[in-house]
Amino acid sequence: MSEANSGPPAVVGSGAAISVRGVGKTYQASAGPVQALLPTDLEVAPGEFVVLLGPSGCGKTTLLRMLAGLISPTEGTIGIGDKPLFTGRNSTPDRDALGSLGFVFQAPNLMPWRKVWRNIALPLEGKGTTRAERRERAAEMAEKVGLADFLDHYPKALSGGMQQRVAIARALIHRPSILLMDEPFGALDAMTRDQMNLLLQQLWLDTGKTIVLVTHSITEAVFLADRVVLLSQRPGRVQDVVDVEFARPRDLAVTAEPHFGEQVGHLRKQLGGHR
Amino acid sequence: MASEPQAPTTRDPSGTRRETGPRWLLWVTTPLILAAFIGGWKLYTIVFDIGELILPPPEDVWFALIELLGQPMIYQATYVTFYETMVGFLIAVVFGVALGIVLGKVRSLERVLSPFLVATQVVPKVAIVPLLLLWFGFGLTSKIFMAAIISFFVMTQNTILGIRSIEPGHRDLMRVIQAPWWKRVISLDIPAALPAVLTGIELGIVFAITGAIVGEYLGGDEGLGALATVMLASLRTDQLFAVVIIMTLLGFLLYAVVAGIRRFAIPWHESSGRATSL
Ligand SMILES: Nc1ncnc2c1ncn2[C@@H]1O[C@H](COP(=O)(O)OP(=O)(O)OP(=O)(O)O)[C@@H](O)[C@H]1O
Ligand SMILES: [Mg+2]
Repeated sequence: MSEANSGPPAVVGSGAAISVRGVGKTYQASAGPVQALLPTDLEVAPGEFVVLLGPSGCGKTTLLRMLAGLISPTEGTIGIGDKPLFTGRNSTPDRDALGSLGFVFQAPNLMPWRKVWRNIALPLEGKGTTRAERRERAAEMAEKVGLADFLDHYPKALSGGMQQRVAIARALIHRPSILLMDEPFGALDAMTRDQMNLLLQQLWLDTGKTIVLVTHSITEAVFLADRVVLLSQRPGRVQDVVDVEFARPRDLAVTAEPHFGEQVGHLRKQLGGHR
Repeated sequence: MASEPQAPTTRDPSGTRRETGPRWLLWVTTPLILAAFIGGWKLYTIVFDIGELILPPPEDVWFALIELLGQPMIYQATYVTFYETMVGFLIAVVFGVALGIVLGKVRSLERVLSPFLVATQVVPKVAIVPLLLLWFGFGLTSKIFMAAIISFFVMTQNTILGIRSIEPGHRDLMRVIQAPWWKRVISLDIPAALPAVLTGIELGIVFAITGAIVGEYLGGDEGLGALATVMLASLRTDQLFAVVIIMTLLGFLLYAVVAGIRRFAIPWHESSGRATSL
């Protein structure tokens, strides 16, 4: 199940790529406990593109960081493939489960002392690969994100959008079946953002990965998603789930379709209803 | 809104740097400023008729310097000071950086120890010299310790700063890719802390040479510091100035070498574009 890279989305029910059951999180802050996420249920099918949408502070990052094993839930269980993510004592995340995840942070988090290709190849290091192999795979990945000519540049020579492409390449280099993205394009201008959305859709269509992406932007959500999961204001809970059924590959013209506008309006109304 | 990916544009890396004038600038300004300084010095000694015991005119110092450089003992003294500085400095680098890494990583330890660390810095270190003489004698050991003690703290502090300044995002990244602890140290802690550690080391070498010379002033008969006190005792102010010039040159040289390491060690860092100024 770890290699869901090709073929049609597998049968739902036989095994979700991600299953979230009653997962909630309460932070123990110095000023007292903060309930960030109410018990939440969510199933993501293999190959599905799910977008988490919600107002600031509703627990999107919290949920995604739990999926990535960076923090553990205070209640409920998370399954990656058919394995529980947190096992046994100290709730340490399962190594195999983590190995099938790639994570793109809101900031590119590139290491300025590494050239682009060595940033991309970082996850392969210390895992029995030779330098030549790593370079080759990094070059392959860079090609896919349109950075083939920048392998030997340092990150400071790249624009914001290009840096985020490097981050995406790095998240995919170890061929995970699941890609988690926390507002990856939040810091980009609208035009670059459109380009990155198209690039991401193409990558997803080419590789058939399962993607869970967090965003503030309603249009981005509707443009990218198979399914938009709307979270309510803090403490977060699933407020609505909207299926988006425009044909793939979608181009930017889809945003002008009336139904697109309706779905955006529907989501905006619910988001705004709490303000 | 173009739906096709545009050709990516590179930002010129040098464009992000501050403009500091053309490359040759220093080669012109340095001699000019030096000449102005020496001219002013000469003028001052003439106009105010300063005795050469108080402030010898520049040419006297120049001749004293030439004379001094003709004697083997100046090389011997320079070597002694160099030796004390380097040994003390290297001891301080090893212990200072190691302690900095530990304190940077273990916050609770740093909190417990910081009052004592600060206390060691508040003690006027020149006041310890008699103690060092008592413990380690008038030989080189006491000066080596002086150099080490004076340069130690700044390196510890900068290392702590470097370790602390590692971005949380990078730590998260290392966890997500399941890097083992040694990989995190090699691939994140060390390179991320290196710029700050190098700054500490650059400051450290300057402190180290100061420590060694102060040690020599206060006791013993070897090294440039001791030589300076001999010149003073025999009222040879011109030669005293010459010794000071040699000290300055030695300090300059050591600093330049250490500062040069930066360009090789961290070529990616903004600070590596040119030599830093103190
Ligand atoms: N480490 C923490 N300690 C205490 N409280 C936290 C911590 N991290 C997050 N919170 C709280 O949990 C809530 C949810 O935070 P989270 O970062 O998940 O929100 P978000 O939906 O990602 O918001 P944004 O869209 O602004 O990124 C917030 O109210 C925040 O104050
Ligand atoms: Mg967030």
